[in-house]
Amino acid sequence: MRLLYFAWLKQKVGHAEEEVTLPEAVTNVEQLLAWLAQRGDNYAAALSDPKSVRVAVNQEYARPADPVQNGDEVALFPPVTGG
Amino acid sequence: MAVRVQREDFDPGQEIAALTANNKTIGGLTVFVGLVREMAKTRALSAMTLEHYPGMTERMLERIEAEARERWPLEESLIIHRYGRLEPGDRIVLVAAASAHRDAAFEACRFLIDWLKTKAPFWKLEEDSQGDATWVEARESDEEAADRWQ
Repeated sequence: MRLLYFAWLKQKVGHAEEEVTLPEAVTNVEQLLAWLAQRGDNYAAALSDPKSVRVAVNQEYARPADPVQNGDEVALFPPVTGG
Repeated sequence: MAVRVQREDFDPGQEIAALTANNKTIGGLTVFVGLVREMAKTRALSAMTLEHYPGMTERMLERIEAEARERWPLEESLIIHRYGRLEPGDRIVLVAAASAHRDAAFEACRFLIDWLKTKAPFWKLEEDSQGDATWVEARESDEEAADRWQ
Protein backbone atom coordinates (compact mmCIF):
# COMPACT_ATOMS: atom_id res chain seq x y z
CA MET A 1 0.00 0.00 0.00
CA ARG A 2 1.19 3.49 -0.86
CA LEU A 3 0.57 5.99 1.95
CA LEU A 4 0.61 9.74 1.36
CA TYR A 5 0.59 12.48 4.00
CA PHE A 6 -0.25 16.14 3.49
CA ALA A 7 -0.01 19.44 5.38
CA TRP A 8 0.62 19.10 9.14
CA LEU A 9 0.12 15.34 9.00
CA LYS A 10 3.17 15.16 6.75
CA GLN A 11 5.14 17.31 9.20
CA LYS A 12 4.14 15.27 12.21
CA VAL A 13 4.74 11.89 10.57
CA GLY A 14 8.02 13.17 9.16
CA HIS A 15 7.69 12.11 5.53
CA ALA A 16 5.38 12.67 2.56
CA GLU A 17 4.92 9.07 1.48
CA GLU A 18 5.87 5.46 2.15
CA GLU A 19 5.14 1.90 1.08
CA VAL A 20 3.72 -0.43 3.72
CA THR A 21 2.46 -4.00 3.78
CA LEU A 22 -0.75 -4.36 5.73
CA PRO A 23 -1.19 -7.10 8.32
CA GLU A 24 -4.06 -9.41 7.45
CA ALA A 25 -6.16 -8.06 10.32
CA VAL A 26 -6.26 -4.57 8.77
CA THR A 27 -9.13 -4.43 6.29
CA ASN A 28 -10.74 -1.02 6.68
CA VAL A 29 -9.86 2.65 7.17
CA GLU A 30 -10.49 2.65 10.90
CA GLN A 31 -8.22 -0.35 11.42
CA LEU A 32 -5.57 1.20 9.20
CA LEU A 33 -5.46 4.37 11.34
CA ALA A 34 -5.26 2.32 14.55
CA TRP A 35 -2.45 0.19 13.11
CA LEU A 36 -0.52 3.25 11.90
CA ALA A 37 -0.88 5.00 15.27
CA GLN A 38 1.03 2.23 17.03
CA ARG A 39 3.96 2.28 14.57
CA GLY A 40 5.75 5.04 16.49
CA ASP A 41 5.46 8.26 18.49
CA ASN A 42 5.39 10.37 15.32
CA TYR A 43 2.40 8.42 13.99
CA ALA A 44 0.65 8.48 17.37
CA ALA A 45 1.07 12.26 17.55
CA ALA A 46 -0.15 12.81 13.99
CA LEU A 47 -3.23 10.62 14.51
CA SER A 48 -4.07 11.57 18.10
CA ASP A 49 -7.23 13.44 17.05
CA PRO A 50 -9.10 11.26 14.55
CA LYS A 51 -11.68 14.02 13.96
CA SER A 52 -9.03 16.17 12.33
CA VAL A 53 -7.83 13.44 9.95
CA ARG A 54 -9.41 12.93 6.53
CA VAL A 55 -8.70 9.79 4.52
CA ALA A 56 -8.83 9.22 0.78
CA VAL A 57 -8.57 5.73 -0.71
CA ASN A 58 -7.47 5.73 -4.35
CA GLN A 59 -8.16 9.47 -4.44
CA GLU A 60 -11.75 9.19 -3.17
CA TYR A 61 -12.88 10.38 0.27
CA ALA A 62 -13.33 7.38 2.55
CA ARG A 63 -15.17 6.65 5.80
CA PRO A 64 -13.95 4.58 8.76
CA ALA A 65 -15.72 1.40 7.61
CA ASP A 66 -14.57 1.62 3.98
CA PRO A 67 -12.27 -1.24 2.87
CA VAL A 68 -8.53 -0.93 2.27
CA GLN A 69 -6.08 -3.44 0.84
CA ASN A 70 -2.50 -3.75 -0.30
CA GLY A 71 -2.14 -2.03 -3.66
CA ASP A 72 -4.35 0.91 -2.65
CA GLU A 73 -3.14 4.50 -2.58
CA VAL A 74 -4.26 5.93 0.76
CA ALA A 75 -3.85 9.60 1.64
CA LEU A 76 -4.14 11.11 5.12
CA PHE A 77 -4.68 14.83 5.49
CA PRO A 78 -6.36 17.52 7.62
CA PRO A 79 -9.69 19.12 6.66
CA VAL A 80 -9.12 21.08 3.46
CA THR A 81 -8.61 24.86 3.42
CA GLY A 82 -8.37 25.90 -0.23
CA GLY A 83 -10.16 28.64 -2.09
CA MET B 1 -15.50 23.47 -19.06
CA ALA B 2 -12.05 23.44 -17.65
CA VAL B 3 -10.10 22.89 -14.47
CA ARG B 4 -6.51 24.03 -14.01
CA VAL B 5 -4.25 23.59 -11.01
CA GLN B 6 -1.09 25.60 -11.54
CA ARG B 7 1.79 27.39 -9.87
CA GLU B 8 1.69 30.37 -12.26
CA ASP B 9 -0.51 33.43 -11.94
CA PHE B 10 -3.43 33.95 -14.32
CA ASP B 11 -4.97 37.01 -15.99
CA PRO B 12 -8.70 37.21 -15.17
CA GLY B 13 -9.39 39.46 -18.17
CA GLN B 14 -7.79 37.04 -20.58
CA GLU B 15 -9.55 34.10 -18.99
CA ILE B 16 -12.95 35.80 -19.26
CA ALA B 17 -12.34 36.76 -22.88
CA ALA B 18 -11.31 33.21 -23.77
CA LEU B 19 -14.23 31.69 -21.91
CA THR B 20 -16.90 33.72 -23.69
CA ALA B 21 -15.32 33.86 -27.13
CA ASN B 22 -17.23 31.92 -29.79
CA ASN B 23 -20.33 31.36 -27.67
CA LYS B 24 -23.04 33.89 -28.41
CA THR B 25 -25.58 32.04 -26.27
CA ILE B 26 -23.93 33.41 -23.12
CA GLY B 27 -25.86 36.34 -21.67
CA GLY B 28 -24.22 36.48 -18.27
CA LEU B 29 -20.90 35.57 -16.69
CA THR B 30 -20.11 35.58 -12.97
CA VAL B 31 -16.50 35.41 -11.79
CA PHE B 32 -15.07 35.04 -8.31
CA VAL B 33 -11.38 35.71 -7.70
CA GLY B 34 -9.85 34.89 -4.32
CA LEU B 35 -6.75 36.76 -3.14
CA VAL B 36 -4.21 36.36 -0.35
CA ARG B 37 -5.25 38.72 2.46
CA GLU B 38 -2.59 40.60 4.35
CA MET B 39 -4.25 40.17 7.73
CA ALA B 40 -5.04 36.74 9.16
CA LYS B 41 -7.01 37.10 12.38
CA THR B 42 -4.73 39.45 14.31
CA ARG B 43 -1.37 39.07 12.60
CA ALA B 44 0.12 40.35 9.38
CA LEU B 45 1.08 37.69 6.88
CA SER B 46 4.21 37.73 4.80
CA ALA B 47 3.33 34.69 2.70
CA MET B 48 0.95 31.81 2.21
CA THR B 49 1.96 28.43 0.78
CA LEU B 50 -0.69 26.24 -0.80
CA GLU B 51 -0.21 22.51 -0.89
CA HIS B 52 -2.39 20.14 -2.92
CA TYR B 53 -2.80 16.46 -3.78
CA PRO B 54 -1.89 16.12 -7.47
CA GLY B 55 -4.42 13.85 -9.11
CA MET B 56 -7.13 13.93 -6.48
CA THR B 57 -7.31 17.73 -6.49
CA GLU B 58 -7.98 17.89 -10.23
CA ARG B 59 -10.43 15.00 -9.95
CA MET B 60 -12.42 16.72 -7.19
CA LEU B 61 -12.49 20.04 -9.04
CA GLU B 62 -13.77 18.29 -12.16
CA ARG B 63 -16.47 16.65 -10.11
CA ILE B 64 -17.51 19.96 -8.52
CA GLU B 65 -17.69 21.52 -11.96
CA ALA B 66 -19.74 18.60 -13.30
CA GLU B 67 -22.12 18.93 -10.35
CA ALA B 68 -22.63 22.64 -11.13
CA ARG B 69 -23.44 21.78 -14.72
CA GLU B 70 -26.01 19.23 -13.55
CA ARG B 71 -27.73 21.84 -11.42
CA TRP B 72 -27.65 24.91 -13.69
CA PRO B 73 -27.86 25.41 -17.46
CA LEU B 74 -24.27 26.57 -17.90
CA GLU B 75 -22.73 27.38 -21.24
CA GLU B 76 -19.21 27.56 -19.83
CA SER B 77 -17.38 27.16 -16.55
CA LEU B 78 -13.81 27.48 -15.35
CA ILE B 79 -11.87 26.73 -12.18
CA ILE B 80 -8.26 27.83 -11.79
CA HIS B 81 -6.49 27.23 -8.47
CA ARG B 82 -2.87 28.03 -7.73
CA TYR B 83 -0.43 26.23 -5.46
CA GLY B 84 3.01 27.07 -4.10
CA ARG B 85 4.17 30.17 -2.25
CA LEU B 86 2.02 33.28 -2.63
CA GLU B 87 2.20 36.74 -1.10
CA PRO B 88 -0.48 39.18 0.09
CA GLY B 89 -2.36 40.58 -2.90
CA ASP B 90 -1.62 37.54 -5.08
CA ARG B 91 -4.49 35.74 -6.79
CA ILE B 92 -5.23 32.25 -5.43
CA VAL B 93 -8.32 31.06 -7.23
CA LEU B 94 -10.73 31.93 -10.01
CA VAL B 95 -14.12 30.34 -10.57
CA ALA B 96 -16.40 31.42 -13.39
CA ALA B 97 -19.84 30.37 -14.56
CA ALA B 98 -21.48 31.54 -17.79
CA SER B 99 -25.09 31.04 -18.76
CA ALA B 100 -27.82 32.52 -20.94
CA HIS B 101 -29.20 34.35 -17.90
CA ARG B 102 -27.66 35.87 -14.79
CA ASP B 103 -29.42 33.86 -12.08
CA ALA B 104 -27.76 30.61 -13.12
CA ALA B 105 -24.40 32.34 -13.49
CA PHE B 106 -24.53 33.93 -10.03
CA GLU B 107 -25.77 30.81 -8.25
CA ALA B 108 -23.39 28.41 -9.98
CA CYS B 109 -20.39 30.65 -9.29
CA ARG B 110 -21.24 30.76 -5.59
CA PHE B 111 -21.77 27.01 -5.56
CA LEU B 112 -18.40 26.38 -7.23
CA ILE B 113 -16.40 28.33 -4.67
CA ASP B 114 -18.41 27.07 -1.68
CA TRP B 115 -17.94 23.42 -2.64
CA LEU B 116 -14.33 23.92 -3.66
CA LYS B 117 -13.51 25.29 -0.21
CA THR B 118 -14.78 22.20 1.61
CA LYS B 119 -14.07 19.38 -0.89
CA ALA B 120 -10.97 20.13 -2.96
CA PRO B 121 -7.72 18.93 -1.33
CA PHE B 122 -5.76 22.14 -0.75
CA TRP B 123 -4.10 23.26 2.47
CA LYS B 124 -2.84 26.73 3.39
CA LEU B 125 0.27 27.38 5.41
CA GLU B 126 0.48 30.97 6.64
CA GLU B 127 3.79 32.66 7.42
CA ASP B 128 3.83 35.83 9.49
CA SER B 129 6.42 38.58 9.49
CA GLN B 130 8.29 36.86 12.37
CA GLY B 131 8.75 33.78 10.18
CA ASP B 132 6.30 31.68 12.20
CA ALA B 133 4.34 29.26 10.01
CA THR B 134 0.85 27.99 10.90
CA TRP B 135 -1.49 25.65 9.02
CA VAL B 136 -4.87 27.29 8.48
CA GLU B 137 -7.70 25.46 10.22
CA ALA B 138 -10.91 24.59 8.40
CA ARG B 139 -13.73 26.98 9.28
CA GLU B 140 -17.19 25.99 10.41
CA SER B 141 -18.67 28.83 8.36
CA ASP B 142 -17.22 27.30 5.19
CA GLU B 143 -18.95 24.01 5.96
CA GLU B 144 -22.22 25.86 6.55
CA ALA B 145 -21.85 27.71 3.26
CA ALA B 146 -21.29 24.43 1.43
CA ASP B 147 -24.19 22.74 3.21
CA ARG B 148 -26.63 25.29 1.82
CA TRP B 149 -26.22 23.56 -1.54
CA GLN B 150 -26.91 20.00 -0.39
